[in-house]
Amino acid sequence: MMRHIISVLMENEPGALSRVVGLFSQRGYNIETLNVAPTEDPTLSRLTLTTIGDDHKIEQITKHLNRLIDVVKLVDLSEGSHIERELMLVKVRATGAQRAEIKRCTDIFRGQIVDVGPSVYTIQVTGAADKLDSFLEAVGEAAIMEVVRSGVSGIARGEKILSL
Amino acid sequence: MELLSGGEMIARAMEDEGVEFIFGYPGGAVLHIYDALFKSCKVPHILVRHEQAATHAADGYARATGKPGVVLVTSGPGATNAITGIATAYMDSIPMVVLSGQVMSHLIGEDAFQETDMLGISRPIVKHSFQVSRTEDIPEIIKKAFYIASSGRPGPVVIDLPKDLTNPHDKFEYNYPKKVKLRSYTPAARGHSGQIKKAASLLLGAKRPVIYAGGGVVQGNASEQLRVLARELNFPVTHTLMGLGAYPASDRQFLGMLGMHGFYEANNAMHHSDVILAVGARFDDRVTNTCGKFCPGAKIVHIDIDPAAISKTIAADVPIVGPVDSVLVDLLAVIREMREADSSLPDASSLKHWWSQIDEWRDAHGLWVKPRYDLSTPFIKPQQVIETLCKVTHGKAYVSSDVGQHQMFAAQYYKFDEPRRWLNSGGLGTMGFGLPAAMGAKLAFPDADVACVTGEGSIQMNIQELSTCAQYNIPVKIISLYNGYLGMVKQWQDMQYEGRYSESVYENSLPDFVKLTEAYGHVGIKVTQLSDLEEAMKEAFARKNDLVFMDIHVDPHEHVYPMHIAPNGSMRDMWLSKTERT
Ligand SMILES: Cc1ncc(C[n+]2csc(CCOP(=O)(O)OP(=O)(O)O)c2C)c(N)n1
Ligand SMILES: [Mg+2]
Repeated sequence: MMRHIISVLMENEPGALSRVVGLFSQRGYNIETLNVAPTEDPTLSRLTLTTIGDDHKIEQITKHLNRLIDVVKLVDLSEGSHIERELMLVKVRATGAQRAEIKRCTDIFRGQIVDVGPSVYTIQVTGAADKLDSFLEAVGEAAIMEVVRSGVSGIARGEKILSL
Repeated sequence: MELLSGGEMIARAMEDEGVEFIFGYPGGAVLHIYDALFKSCKVPHILVRHEQAATHAADGYARATGKPGVVLVTSGPGATNAITGIATAYMDSIPMVVLSGQVMSHLIGEDAFQETDMLGISRPIVKHSFQVSRTEDIPEIIKKAFYIASSGRPGPVVIDLPKDLTNPHDKFEYNYPKKVKLRSYTPAARGHSGQIKKAASLLLGAKRPVIYAGGGVVQGNASEQLRVLARELNFPVTHTLMGLGAYPASDRQFLGMLGMHGFYEANNAMHHSDVILAVGARFDDRVTNTCGKFCPGAKIVHIDIDPAAISKTIAADVPIVGPVDSVLVDLLAVIREMREADSSLPDASSLKHWWSQIDEWRDAHGLWVKPRYDLSTPFIKPQQVIETLCKVTHGKAYVSSDVGQHQMFAAQYYKFDEPRRWLNSGGLGTMGFGLPAAMGAKLAFPDADVACVTGEGSIQMNIQELSTCAQYNIPVKIISLYNGYLGMVKQWQDMQYEGRYSESVYENSLPDFVKLTEAYGHVGIKVTQLSDLEEAMKEAFARKNDLVFMDIHVDPHEHVYPMHIAPNGSMRDMWLSKTERT
C-alpha cells in the first residue's frame, strides 16, 4: 500500500468534478486529499488527488479516471521524480513566552506568520505533506486552534509536462 | 440558414441522426419538444405505459440492431422512472441516448415542481451526460451524445433539457454537425501489434485452449471474425450469458454457456485449460466463481475495447486493448504468418487429445446430448418449453427474456446461431426487461419472430406494455413459464435456506393471464399438458399479426442445473441435479 499523487487534466465543465469524486465513492476508492483549479488554458482544469492503495487498485483508479469522458490526460506523479507541495494555514494560541517559541518554530520550518493578534498567530507553511505534519507536531496540539490545508499539488521534475 | 427553436432542433436532429423510433412519455417539462414532434418530426414516437419500459424498449431495439436506442421522458418522476432501464443498458454496454426534460433554468435548485437532479441521480450509471445551458448548443450536444453512446465501449448518455431552452419562440441557427471530435475521448482504434504477436504465439503453443467470448463480441460486431479464428484453429468456444449467438450454437466447437449455470463441458474446459482467449468478456463473478481458484493452469489473453475491463478481477497475461473485430483480424493475420513458417502449429495431436476429453465431458453431462432433467414428474418441464420454442422458430427468433429460472433455461436450451438474437439483462438482471425489449426488437424487425421468455413474476413488472402493443400493433409472442413461484428465489431458498419460502409465493393471488391478455385485446393460450405444447406454440407463431400470451404451466419445483457450488468453489465445482454434484 503506497500513497499516490494522481494529477488529472480535465475539461473545465460543470459536472466534471462530481464525476471524478463520484467515481471514488462508487467504486470504494478513498481520497486522502483533493484540489482543483483552472489552468492557464481556462477550458481545462487541473485536479490533483492523493490516494492510498496497492498497485492493482491504483491501476484500476487510473483506468476508470481515464474512462471518464471529461478526463483529457492524467499522470501518477509518484511513478517518477516530482515536486510535491501543500499549503497550510494554522491559527495557534500565542501568548507570553510561547510567542517567541512559536516564531522560532515557524522559522525552522520556513513558515511565515501572516496575521498577528494579541493572543493568536496565523501561520502559513508550505511543503510536502509530511513536513506540514511535522510542523503541527512541533507546535503541539495544545496550542493549535484551527488548521486549513489545501491538499497536495504536484508537478513532475524536468522536461515532463502534462498538457493537451 | 435555418432558424429553429430548441424543441424543433431536437425533432430535426432525430431525423438527421437517422433515428427510427423514439420511445417516450410526455409531461410538463417536455411539452415544447412533444409539440415540435407533433408538428414536424418524421420519426415515429412510441408512447409506452411506463418510462422504465421506454428505456428497455430502446435497449431491446439497440441490442437487436446495433444502433443506439432513443428515449424521451419528462423531468422528475419521468426521469427517475427511466433510471432502472438506463442502469440496465449501462451494465450491458448498450448504446442509448436519453433526452430528459428539466424544469426551467431559473428554477433549477429551488425544489421546483417535478424537479430532480437527473444528472446527479444518473451519474454512476451513464457513460456520459450533458446539461444543456444554451439552446444553440443542442445540435452539437445531440451529435456528441450519439457518438459517445455508440463508439468505444457503448453505453447510455443522458441529455438534461431545461424547459425554457426548448420554447417555441426563441429560434437559433440550426446546423447538424456531420462529425464531432472530443479531445478528451479517443477510443482505441487498433490493438498493439507487439501484444497481438505475443497472443498469437501463446495460442499456437496451447495444448488445451479455450475461447471465452462475451457480449463485447456481439456489441463489437466481431462474430464473423471470431468464427473464422475459432474454426481455423479448431479451438473450443464458450460464451457468457451476454455472448450467446456470436458463435453458432449448433456448431460442434461450441461448448455452450459457461459460468454459474454454465455447461459442464464449458466450465471444465475452462478449469483445465492452459490458454484462455477472452474476447469482449469481463470475468464477471457469475462466470469465475471464486477468483482465487479460477482456472489455475491457464495463461490468459484478454481482448477488450475498455482497458478498465482488463485485469479488473482476473489478471491477464497478455492484455490487448482495442476493438475486438480489428484485433481478431490482426491476430488471425499474425497466426497465419506463423503457421506458414511452421505448419505444425497448433499441435494437432494435443488438440485431438483435448477434444476427446471435452467430448467425454459433453457425453457425461452435456445438456444437449440428451435430456438431463427429471422426466418422472407429470408436469411440463420448463426446459421442454424452450426446446419446443427453439424447434418451432427454427432457432431463428429474436428472444428476449426476463430474469429468473426461465432466463437461464432460455440461455441453456435456445440454440442461438446468430448474434443480436438473444436480448437479456445480464449485468443488472432486471425483471421487467423482457416484454419492452421484445417490443423494441419487433419494431425494428417486423417480419421476424420475436419471443419474450418470461415468468409470471417478471411479466407483471411491465405487463402494462400489453396496452402499448395494442396501440402500435406489436405482435410479439410472450412465452410465460408459469411455475407459481419467484422460481429462482425459491431455488436458492431450497438450496440454502432449507426450503423456507420467504416471500417467494403468491398465495393464489395471480391473475388469469389469458383473460388479462384478452382484456388488452390480444390472444391468450393456456397450456398445461406436454402433449398440447408444440401445437399450441405453432399456433401462436402462425398468428403473425396477433400478440399471443402463452401461459404455460410448468413443473413448480424444477431447479436450474448445472449450478456453481459457492462460496469457495472453482469453475468446475457444480451441482448437476438436486442430488448429484461434482
Ligand atoms: C427488479 C428485480 N427485482 C428482484 C429481482 C430478484 N429476482 C431474481 S429472479 C427472481 C424471481 C423471478 O420470478 P419469475 O419471473 O416468476 O421467474 P422464475 O424464476 O420463476 O422463472 C427475483 C425476484 C430481480 N432480478 N429484479
Ligand atoms: Mg415464476
